[in-house]
Amino acid sequence: MALLSKKDANLILDPLADNNPITIQVLGICSALAITAELKASIVMALSVIFVLGLGNVVISLMRNIIPSKIRIIVQLVVVAALVIVVDQVLKAFAYQLSKTLAVFVGLIITNCIIMGRFEAFALGNGVKRSFLDGIGNAAGYGIILIIVGFFRELLGSGTLLGFAVLGDPIAKTGLYSFGYENNGFMLLSPMALIVVGLLIWVQRSRNNALIEEN
Amino acid sequence: MLEHIELFFKSIFIDNMVFATFLGMCSYLAVSKKVTTAVGLGAAVIFVLAVTVPLNWLLDQYLLRDGALAWLGPEYADYNLSFLSFILFIATIATMVQLVEIVVEKFSPALYNSLGIFLPLIAVNCAILGGSLFMQAREIPSLGLAFNYGLSSGIGWFLAIFAIAAIREKIRYSNVPPPLRGLGITFIITGLMAIGFMSFGGMLTGGDEAPVVPEPTTVQKTEKEELKLDKEQEETAVSFNSITKEKE
Repeated sequence: MALLSKKDANLILDPLADNNPITIQVLGICSALAITAELKASIVMALSVIFVLGLGNVVISLMRNIIPSKIRIIVQLVVVAALVIVVDQVLKAFAYQLSKTLAVFVGLIITNCIIMGRFEAFALGNGVKRSFLDGIGNAAGYGIILIIVGFFRELLGSGTLLGFAVLGDPIAKTGLYSFGYENNGFMLLSPMALIVVGLLIWVQRSRNNALIEEN
Repeated sequence: MLEHIELFFKSIFIDNMVFATFLGMCSYLAVSKKVTTAVGLGAAVIFVLAVTVPLNWLLDQYLLRDGALAWLGPEYADYNLSFLSFILFIATIATMVQLVEIVVEKFSPALYNSLGIFLPLIAVNCAILGGSLFMQAREIPSLGLAFNYGLSSGIGWFLAIFAIAAIREKIRYSNVPPPLRGLGITFIITGLMAIGFMSFGGMLTGGDEAPVVPEPTTVQKTEKEELKLDKEQEETAVSFNSITKEKE
């Protein structure tokens, strides 16, 4: 990439895999689990977080020299809250049904640990461009996990993807259902999100042994 | 009184913050390595929730919701400031957390040291803001119930982190597959515990009345199920009709 130096490119690429916010840094789990029963909601959530974290990192990075360190958490919260209000209002205006599905979890982007974590760990000590890339990278790493979990839960749970019936019609018994396949409604319930993420972590760490934790 | 008892047990067991809505997972996973620290954080969460939920209920009731400003005079009755709720709720919470931090530092330095970085991070614990947002979304009718909701949700969170910390202390002596160690196995155990907690679902309704308020994740499914049920009922009704007609 000519646009970005290798170091800058790593800011985006690292969080996608080996330094993933969810599976490695343990940040931002709450919303990752609660809204992944459908692929569409996962994608919208991922986009919202990319928007909030990218812009938030820029704002915090711009203000990093004038924020008194004692009240920085409150300042950060106000910045995030303002950005999240924008996202919430946009969703309510253009995708009302979806904003009903996401319900309080749009508001909970404010307390998404990824956002505060990146503000604290990166934006407070780095320049605007690098902070922006870091924000986009980490939010994208978060989004990827969301989309993977949402994909499996929607596919196995209701046999659809983005609302399209990809496995056939369960009532008319077409497609895969004609062989006696049944949807696993359990995948739509909340506990399965945890187990799917647990399995993802298992897969990732089996492939890269350096990530294995002490017991 | 009955509604208080019902809300209390419902928030602890059925709508448990960790197992049903995944709130506060970050600190739940990060601070659950030792039982003592887990208990400290759990207690702090109970306290902060029990204070902030009623405070935010007052804000919501007299400042934010549609027509809430009517007490200022009739010309203010048309205002709807609810889009400001995120920012006001989080401001209340951040202030309260600062207060708790000062109190804990003063009265229990040992606890303060062991909680370390996580005390200021209670402000960004989703469980706290989530408590206030759910309080708003579920339209809890009175201040007493709001306090009850905050307290019991906190207790539910406390129970969850206490249980997982105890399990993690034990699991250190087990032979877990290396890639699952630490985070992975904790996720899976939490999933299994959540399945266990689902069995509390029939506790208050006795299984006869309407099902428990569906969580956002399960809304779609229940709707679909209802549709299916409706169809089935229609079908049975139709077949019943045809039978009666045949008899005639």
